[in-house]
Amino acid sequence: MRPFVFERAADLPQAVKLGAATGQGETDAPTQFLAGGTTLIDLMKLEVLRPQRVVDLGPVRASWTGIDFTPSGMRLGAFAKMSTVADDARVLSQFPVIAQSLQLAASAQIRNMATLGGNVLQRTRCPYYRDPSWSACNKRVPGSGCAAIKGFNRNHAVLGVDDTCISQYPGDFAIALIALDAQVELTGPEGSRRIPFASLHAPVQSQPHIETTLKPGELIVAFQIPAGAWTRRSLYLKVRDRASYEFAIASAAVALALDGETVREARIGLGGMAYQPWRSQDAERMLVGRPLTESGAAAAAAAALKGAMSHGNNDYKPELARRTIVRALLEAKALQVTGGAS
Amino acid sequence: MMQGKEKLFGRPTSRIDGVAKVTGAARYASDEPVAHPAYGYFVTSSIARGSISAFKLERAKAVRGVLDILTYENVGNETQPPKGPDGGPTTTTLESNRIWHDGQIIAVVVAETYEAAREAANKVDVTYAEEQPSASFDSPGAESQPHKPQRGPDPKKGDAANAFAAAAVKFEAKYATPTQHHNPIELFTATCAWDGPKLTIYEPSQFMWGTKNSVAAQIKIDPDHVRAISRYIGGAFGCKGPNPRTAWVAIAAKRVGRPVKLVPTRDQSFTIATYRAETRQHIKLGASADGKLTSLSHEGWEVTSRPSGYSVAGVESTARMYACPNIATAVNVVHADRNTPGYMRAPPETPYMFALESAMDELAYELKMDPIELRRVNDTQMDPVTGLPFSSRSLMQCFDQAAAKFGWANRDARPASMRDGEWLVGFGCATACYPSNMGPAAVRLSLTPDGKADVGLAGHEIGTGAYTLVAIAAARSLGIKVDDVTVRMGDSDLPPVMIAGGSNNAASAANVVVKACEELRRRIARAAVTSADSPFHGTEADNLSLSDGKLVDPTGKSEPLSKAATRTGHRLEVYAENIPEGLPGTAVADMSKGKPTMLGGAGRKDVSAFAFGAHFVEVRVHSRTREIRVPRVVSAFAAGTIVNPKAAYSQFMGGAIWGLSSALFEDTEMDLGSARYINDNLADYLIPVNADVPSVEIIMVSEKDERVNPLGIKGIGEIGIVGMNAAVANAVFHATGKRVRELPIRAEKLL
Repeated sequence: MRPFVFERAADLPQAVKLGAATGQGETDAPTQFLAGGTTLIDLMKLEVLRPQRVVDLGPVRASWTGIDFTPSGMRLGAFAKMSTVADDARVLSQFPVIAQSLQLAASAQIRNMATLGGNVLQRTRCPYYRDPSWSACNKRVPGSGCAAIKGFNRNHAVLGVDDTCISQYPGDFAIALIALDAQVELTGPEGSRRIPFASLHAPVQSQPHIETTLKPGELIVAFQIPAGAWTRRSLYLKVRDRASYEFAIASAAVALALDGETVREARIGLGGMAYQPWRSQDAERMLVGRPLTESGAAAAAAAALKGAMSHGNNDYKPELARRTIVRALLEAKALQVTGGAS
Repeated sequence: MMQGKEKLFGRPTSRIDGVAKVTGAARYASDEPVAHPAYGYFVTSSIARGSISAFKLERAKAVRGVLDILTYENVGNETQPPKGPDGGPTTTTLESNRIWHDGQIIAVVVAETYEAAREAANKVDVTYAEEQPSASFDSPGAESQPHKPQRGPDPKKGDAANAFAAAAVKFEAKYATPTQHHNPIELFTATCAWDGPKLTIYEPSQFMWGTKNSVAAQIKIDPDHVRAISRYIGGAFGCKGPNPRTAWVAIAAKRVGRPVKLVPTRDQSFTIATYRAETRQHIKLGASADGKLTSLSHEGWEVTSRPSGYSVAGVESTARMYACPNIATAVNVVHADRNTPGYMRAPPETPYMFALESAMDELAYELKMDPIELRRVNDTQMDPVTGLPFSSRSLMQCFDQAAAKFGWANRDARPASMRDGEWLVGFGCATACYPSNMGPAAVRLSLTPDGKADVGLAGHEIGTGAYTLVAIAAARSLGIKVDDVTVRMGDSDLPPVMIAGGSNNAASAANVVVKACEELRRRIARAAVTSADSPFHGTEADNLSLSDGKLVDPTGKSEPLSKAATRTGHRLEVYAENIPEGLPGTAVADMSKGKPTMLGGAGRKDVSAFAFGAHFVEVRVHSRTREIRVPRVVSAFAAGTIVNPKAAYSQFMGGAIWGLSSALFEDTEMDLGSARYINDNLADYLIPVNADVPSVEIIMVSEKDERVNPLGIKGIGEIGIVGMNAAVANAVFHATGKRVRELPIRAEKLL
């Protein structure tokens, strides 16, 4: 860690102003916002992030922690703690996949600190990124290469990667958000705007050091998650090496609207598998209008992993992902859903 | 008169230091206050092989508060190279510009604050002359050679090759275990403070007298001038012995003229200390159709550093597990560009019993025999290699009691036959063993005028309950309350005891304390029988014993201890040494020079001394996604006299959990091209969380051992981990029909 300027924003407008140098989505921008700190502080200690200025959003938090329900869906304040949303009975019954994705993430201690907005911006767990003693990491040092491609890559991405970076997006909540067509509310120097969650994270496109599409000074203030016939019949399945406090080696966020045996709507998010939060609309399309069977689920899963590219230690991932999707779909089908739509 | 040991031990006793530990009052080495300390920070290499061409220190020195930077250029010739865990050569640090391994200590930055030292360390610019390193077994440039056995040739008997060729049933397989790291929560701290020629070291050490002597030897000063202090140790597991780091902190403290405190980081701890090296093993078993072993061959390969020949050679134990007329063993070391490995909980048995106990399970399936029955037909009360009797061996009692509690009878023997919904269910079992060791020990015991005792010995509280064990031994022997015993340990100014390793502490410490107490009783009794004012005047001193705060005779006549004791003076003090039979008379003297000696296992001339146990495990493997979960474990152990059942239960349970961890989770992963560790932090180096160990039940099988040592104590610190990895692998096979011979077992190996 090295010396830096620490500033506390009194309110949202001041935060946006102080954060004007947060950069154009660069992972190591010279100004960083501090919310829960569960990623930022770690990476600063590791000398991966070396901000000259840290803008503490503490005083801003209180106004953006709401969990609000409307007929069209749910709005979550970006500064709500992961644990608060995970434990909310309404979220659990109406949007189980959201609550479960948060409940199964990290540890109780981290969930009590981390905010939703910070969580979706969590950096990759790639060990070559997280340790500056490795010289080759395009995400950390643009143009330096990728040590993971020929290195140890057991939990590296197989989807959405290119030859500059195979790091994996590690989060869970984002997988549920992308599956449910969530929208992100942003506030920045040029005012407020709303974007699809699916466009928040930048694709790799040979510039892995650019991680988001956020403009300088922009802050996530809320998430909007539309309700649909599929949201109650939803779940988050997380496959991991140990039972708790561990990142996914594969996960699936699925939501189904069923008409008897027949799938009316399907949503499939895929975690532990891709460079960025991943949704498989190809797989969804294959399910719709047909009865949900083991073989149908398997075909959809195969479509979801089409184009997967592995690099040795992660050769197992596509097969594990296919099995995870099938299991998640069949478990979602078997859910007893009460009240409202199927 | 030695009191009956049944009377001495076996009552569950809470830790006398428990409150201090949970309230934070217990002072660990880096908590020790020293006046006006400076702070040290290591710089470690980012390459695994080569040399340092140049340091550029300008940026680092410009950091405010930096006092000194030690490199090979300014201090290289100030120490003797350290010795490895086997006493042989090992990798160096600041002695030269040579880089032996990833993360080698190459500089020490000293500054006014920890933060300044860390910032400056990150600004030390190093230019390397890099060479292509060899990471492990299959790397080009790794060199394999037969190891040099530490205690005579590797176990051998009969003609294993011919017996295998002629066997009715043959089984042969190769197994592998990964690199693992101890990761004690307390890091490898060291604080050094000089007072004229005298050096005080505060450092978590599991061998106080070893640390004292090794640092003195490295920096070439009189060991009498060195004092090592470490009252509590936050986990040791074998990695906190004498080491090459501390000498540099002592030199740094001398250079800056004030105490230096150094706390390394977690990731540095993966490379600046020892680890459990990866192994490969080849096993051949020949058996008759009814399951009797006719041939056992076990060969191992272990990774080590370039200069060190260190090996754990677990064939010493595996060759003795079962009756078998033909045995062949061999061990090889494979030199790579790695730091030198070292002891880690049951160093030989954890990897080697994985192979043997997996192979026994596989053989049982070949024979269509219950794996317990296979152990039963090959059980023996005689060491199959030497023909000596086991001091005691209750292996089958362990199997039978654990099997009953576990419900082994409910097992359908066919692989992949048991299921609970979407989860495949498997049962597995395996043998646990560990040599019963004992070392020399010395103690100073005083009885104060209020009838309380004060016991001092340079013992080590590494989390095992050592303070309490000493207090129990003294209290029970002196007939006073545990609360009336003050125990002082963790200071090399106290009489020496053995390194806290090889599970020797309970036997070594309890035996010497009981011996000192007996001497104390003898003096009190002699004073009583020769004093006119004593009710025992003129009687036989040997008839008097200490009980319930009194000196008593067989008729029930008594005198309060406080009265009986003051007859010999204001404070009665005894110094006692104990050397186990079979060790040289110089054992205490050698130990006080930092040379540990220990006797046990197959090293004895009279008996073969081991503790035994059996693990039973239920695993669940998801039929689709193949996550592996372990809902319950039942383990039974027979380990002679149990001093404190409460602490023992925890030790056994902790060992079993670590064994589970070694089966499913732990693996220090490497980037093979650069020979560097990947997951050098506690987020990525997986160990079980509570949710991974819902139920672990421990059975302590009663066992009386008249031969292992006078008190019949077998060590229990390490046996719990042994064989657990195989029990899990065996259960995974039973659940899935898939045999995993390479640890850890993870979902992708079962897809």
